[in-house]
Amino acid sequence: MATKTISKKATTVFSSNGHSNGITNKRVEVLKTYKIYIGGQFPRTESGRYYVAKNKAGQALANACLSSRKDFRDAVNAARSAFGGWSTRAAFNRSQILYRIAEMLEGRKIQFIDELIKQDATPTQAEAEVNTAIDRLIYYAGWCDKYQQLFGTVNPVASSHFNFSVPEPTGVVAIIAPQNNSLIGLVSVIAPVIAGGNTCVVLASETKPLCAITFAEVIHSSDVPSGVINILTGKPTELIKYFADHMDVNATVYCERDETNKKLIQEKAAQNVKRILLYDNIDWNSSEAESPYFISDTQEIKTTWHPIENIGGAKAGY
Amino acid sequence: MAKAKNNTLKLNFDTKWGYSPAPESKSIAKIEAKYDLFINGKFEKPLSKKYFDTINPATEEKLSEVADANAADVDKAVKAARIAYNNVWGKMPAKERAKYIYRIARMIQERAREFAVIESLDGGKPIRESRDIDVPVAANHFFYYAGWADKLQYAFPNRNPKPLGVAGQIIPWNFPLLMAAWKIAPALATGNTVVLKPAETTPLTALKLAEIIQESELPAGVVNIITGAGATGAAIVNHSDINKIAFTGSTDVGKIIQRAVAGTNKKITLELGGKAANIIFDDAPIDQAVEGIINGIYFNQGHVCCAGSRLFVQESVFDEVIRKLKDRLETLIVGDPLDKNTDIGAINSKQQMETIHKYLKIGEKEGAEMYQSNCPLPKKGYFIRPTLFTNVAQSSRIVQEEIFGPVLTVQTFRTDDEVIEKANNTPFGLSAGVWTDKGSKIFNLTTKMRAGVVWANTYNKFDPTSPFGGYKESGFGREGGLHGLSAYLNVH
Repeated sequence: MATKTISKKATTVFSSNGHSNGITNKRVEVLKTYKIYIGGQFPRTESGRYYVAKNKAGQALANACLSSRKDFRDAVNAARSAFGGWSTRAAFNRSQILYRIAEMLEGRKIQFIDELIKQDATPTQAEAEVNTAIDRLIYYAGWCDKYQQLFGTVNPVASSHFNFSVPEPTGVVAIIAPQNNSLIGLVSVIAPVIAGGNTCVVLASETKPLCAITFAEVIHSSDVPSGVINILTGKPTELIKYFADHMDVNATVYCERDETNKKLIQEKAAQNVKRILLYDNIDWNSSEAESPYFISDTQEIKTTWHPIENIGGAKAGY
Repeated sequence: MAKAKNNTLKLNFDTKWGYSPAPESKSIAKIEAKYDLFINGKFEKPLSKKYFDTINPATEEKLSEVADANAADVDKAVKAARIAYNNVWGKMPAKERAKYIYRIARMIQERAREFAVIESLDGGKPIRESRDIDVPVAANHFFYYAGWADKLQYAFPNRNPKPLGVAGQIIPWNFPLLMAAWKIAPALATGNTVVLKPAETTPLTALKLAEIIQESELPAGVVNIITGAGATGAAIVNHSDINKIAFTGSTDVGKIIQRAVAGTNKKITLELGGKAANIIFDDAPIDQAVEGIINGIYFNQGHVCCAGSRLFVQESVFDEVIRKLKDRLETLIVGDPLDKNTDIGAINSKQQMETIHKYLKIGEKEGAEMYQSNCPLPKKGYFIRPTLFTNVAQSSRIVQEEIFGPVLTVQTFRTDDEVIEKANNTPFGLSAGVWTDKGSKIFNLTTKMRAGVVWANTYNKFDPTSPFGGYKESGFGREGGLHGLSAYLNVH
């Protein structure tokens, strides 16, 4: 552990009857170990690697897991196992669970504000970002049982059939979260994906990973089933290609403007005809970053045909 | 429970059920000796100076020759489409746009019989199908989308949808006119202009459509139809001034296209291959289900991406279903596509016939039991008897890979969960079928099939209002209905 290099906001508490033998009775703060979140557990990366998350001034904030391809694979396995259960939950139940995440986040606001400030936000910015994140979860909680009626249709076919189309989740979504903020980007890309019944594997901001792991703790205490959301920390440059070419991933989300990476992701995605969603021009703090269209981006439309028996000549006249 | 039913009746074919030939007249089909490229409202000689033959797969006789567009021809077509988009089509009031599309729909209806004959001549499909399905549904598709042109804002609440620009569209040979309609109609209704390439084995009805488009006085350059093979398609996909690629075809080519447009701003929709499960429960009306299986796999010689090529039969009715299926197979008439009695026409091309034969060999090699009907086949042309394989494994190549021919594999199952697992165990996800008399079971199955179109107690039905498209490696995007609009619009 590179404990010595980690700067802390020293909350020093002196004992009232301090000794004079050189040992101060200052309380030593307990440092948090930032691990990753896979299948409802907090393992360290299987690779044993780490990197140091720093603020702009170069001060070390924490050691973060430098997740590997195998961590990603494990996370995809967890997400796939969770998909059947999550996608068939009642929409109302998913709605309550998203609302619960917002409740839990509200209760731990101070901790997130603290982490955002450590990661170079001003107190005002930090508070605004946490508030927006909470409100965004509430926003999508409300959509869970409504977007189906917006995007579903009953289709007036010209034959004697009852025909309707409904949105269904596409499956496992691999998300490279927005890299230039710690919380709001992460929440904004996760919420519509899980509101729509998908499961996901998310790569947090490389430079600002603290809130992502703390958010995993919020998820963990919000009745979100294991594996529905999996969060890794690490380097996009190393992991992007796996997020794009894993054969059991149905869609990949990328939020940066890096043209080389966009091309790489789109090329790799062709291996199993993944859906690619590029959100490269969105201000995540603004209201343009939330809409039911983000939910529909990771939905498939299923159309079902049923014959209508049409034997007698009776008409519904009244 | 199957025993309780009257399943002892057997069709008797001892006395020959002869049908007198009932051929549709070819005289209505006006086919030129040579076709040029339809660019900017005119038929233009190709810059490539090359032409290739299109033949009748039922007789192997040449029908006509069509231009082979090269990259320069593609560029010419794209330029025409761009100018038309900038100067005319993009500026035209939506209500007026709609009226041109309605015109095209009406003109197809007026010339429906001619279209049907040419479709069967060039592609080999039975006239009954081109007459009753391909051509009317194509006309209806234009009629349906015409009405959307001035109503787009109602389709996307809180959004202001905008056209994309020039759409490059590449279509397959199994439903030549219908696929052209599926591509062109929504693109025009949403205000885009089009460069469309029909398949090299079936270019004629698309070129006939070009004639109609010319007659309709649609502004020059709004629709350009250029013929050619893979290289022409590649030139469309790689053209830098195209905003949208819409492709229907094989999953292999779809992946190549998806890779090719990586790193560009082209929007893309893919409608690719399938390997649909058609599931029969023991409580299904068996005779009706057998008809559904036949229609599911032998419709259009099995050249259907959503064909019900994997049959799953509940164990308790396996013997009955197989017997009735074989009986029914014997009654299918394979032969002249222009004969109104024909059930199964010609395989679309020699190449496709070879592919199917390859799979028949693979199936036998894998240890499956092959059954083919005993019908006579015409001496000339590309024909294959309707075929079914029993004793196949989930891992058999004929079960896993799309054959695109009149070949059915049959597997059995005991429980709902087992068949759901087996049916979904494929990289494809285009369509599925379920046959049972129990409503709640239908909904259990239809919600759990990972496929874009699910038919319950019916199969292979299409309608302009009904969205069509796949999950997983069967592609993305929808064609048809309200959902078909977003493929051609910028909505976010």
